[in-house]
Amino acid sequence: MIRNKAPYDSYWIDALVLFAVVFLIVYVVYRVNTVLVYNWDWSFIPGYLFRWDEELQSYAPNLLMKGLFTTIRLAIWSIILAAILGFIMGVMRTSRRLFPRMLSRLYVELIRNIPPVVFIFVFYFFISSQITPLLGLDNISEDSSPMTLKVLDFLLGPPELLSNVVAGIICLALFEGAYVTEIVRAGIQSIPKGQVEGGMSIGLSRIQLMRYVVMPQAVQKVVPPLASQFIILIKDSSIVSLISIQELTFLTMEVATSTQRVFEIWVFVAGMYFVISYACAFGFSRLEKRMALHKA
Amino acid sequence: MPDNAISTETIIQIERVSKWFGDFQVLQDIDLTVRHGERVVVCGPSGSGKSTLIRCINRLEEHQSGRIVVDGNELDYNTKHIHKVRCEVGMVFQQFNLFPHLTVLENCTLGPMRVRGLTKKEAKSQAMEYLERVRIPEQAHKHPSALSGGQQQRVAIARSLCMEPRIMLFDEPTSALDPEMIKEVLDVMIDLAETGMTMICVTHEMGFARTVAHQMVFMDEGRIVENAAPEQFFSNPKNERTKLFLSQILSH
Repeated sequence: MIRNKAPYDSYWIDALVLFAVVFLIVYVVYRVNTVLVYNWDWSFIPGYLFRWDEELQSYAPNLLMKGLFTTIRLAIWSIILAAILGFIMGVMRTSRRLFPRMLSRLYVELIRNIPPVVFIFVFYFFISSQITPLLGLDNISEDSSPMTLKVLDFLLGPPELLSNVVAGIICLALFEGAYVTEIVRAGIQSIPKGQVEGGMSIGLSRIQLMRYVVMPQAVQKVVPPLASQFIILIKDSSIVSLISIQELTFLTMEVATSTQRVFEIWVFVAGMYFVISYACAFGFSRLEKRMALHKA
Repeated sequence: MPDNAISTETIIQIERVSKWFGDFQVLQDIDLTVRHGERVVVCGPSGSGKSTLIRCINRLEEHQSGRIVVDGNELDYNTKHIHKVRCEVGMVFQQFNLFPHLTVLENCTLGPMRVRGLTKKEAKSQAMEYLERVRIPEQAHKHPSALSGGQQQRVAIARSLCMEPRIMLFDEPTSALDPEMIKEVLDVMIDLAETGMTMICVTHEMGFARTVAHQMVFMDEGRIVENAAPEQFFSNPKNERTKLFLSQILSH
């Protein structure tokens, strides 16, 4: 007997699960409304997104939007830094020589085996006490021209918070770099051995092989996982609120304390994170499909 | 055909070469001399070490004892020697190993531009010349994935020839091909043989071997068990294993 499709006769399980989920939601809503007697009030939120600026006679971003911009800046800059770091470390990870391989292994294992929060605390004290003074970021707003400040404001946010943001970027980049390293390593190792042999047989050197044969192919394979790492990074960036980087989560905590509207504000901010993460995921998958079409 | 002149000059000298993969000895005291312009066909059952042997000639595999000298360069740990040998020795693989991210033309110009230092223009015109020799100039701007297996293997031959090698190695060049594509690749190889190129081919194509070979080498369990001129090899093999192998491969 030939069947095209296996008959599916377990619909009752689906129905049961669906019923359980609906029941749970109804129950939670009921508890919140009758037992907690919580009065939902969302009306304050728009005011924390934008405020009316009397001087400029226009709307200006308030805490939540400022936090969102900082989060996006953090994510973009740290993925760029993490990509550079991860690229170098990933190449070292596949080196024939022991030393670079060990160095990169040490980095990856160190970061993957420490909780992110602990890592960020440890590195923050080092970075904020050593690296940011070294870059001279604390005095930048006094020393620079208005034009430079404007550009900096667009790229990295308000100059008075510059050293704060840069510390956050470096922490996140170091942290995510370890994951990018693994992505790059996997990309390089996915190139078949025959490609290297083909290149060797026409006399290419090790470096030329990397440059002209392995890397161009590895990069194509690395782009999709790198894109999803970027989305993870947007969400992970909330960790740096613990070291007082003024991004979305940090500022939300401030709003929550000053308004006492804990439920509403956190539910709303969860929605903001969801929207940007989901929009990025959607954008990347579209891009990927288009790239696949171009290749064919 | 095997009557165009072979010089007396030795171009590849292999002396007592042995190699192990872990505890398993893949090559046992191999001795082989190839003269300039000579065409050698290596055959034998799978796992007999024939691929490993020719891969040692351009150092894709390292031998562990004995000597290999290619055109005056001994293959040792000196990377300069290895580089020199790889520039002089072309290789064609069973799986083609073309670069999928480059077009056919770019596959052919990469080596000449980066290793030989040709300009883009020179490399291009030379590549077109060789693509014409393997009869696919019209495919130059396609990517390898758009080509049939036979066409891909001919591109691989052209890619090697663009480096203007003195020796060509063929590692089972027709084994991964559909039967109807084998001939087009063998025809190109026969053309190449007629130009007087020194060639070492690992292949099971006995018809091809009979046409082009000066020297037939039969390997089994890591040793060369028979090394003879083709007439004698096919009509009157000395070794029992050679007889068995030939009867199996020629019976159909």
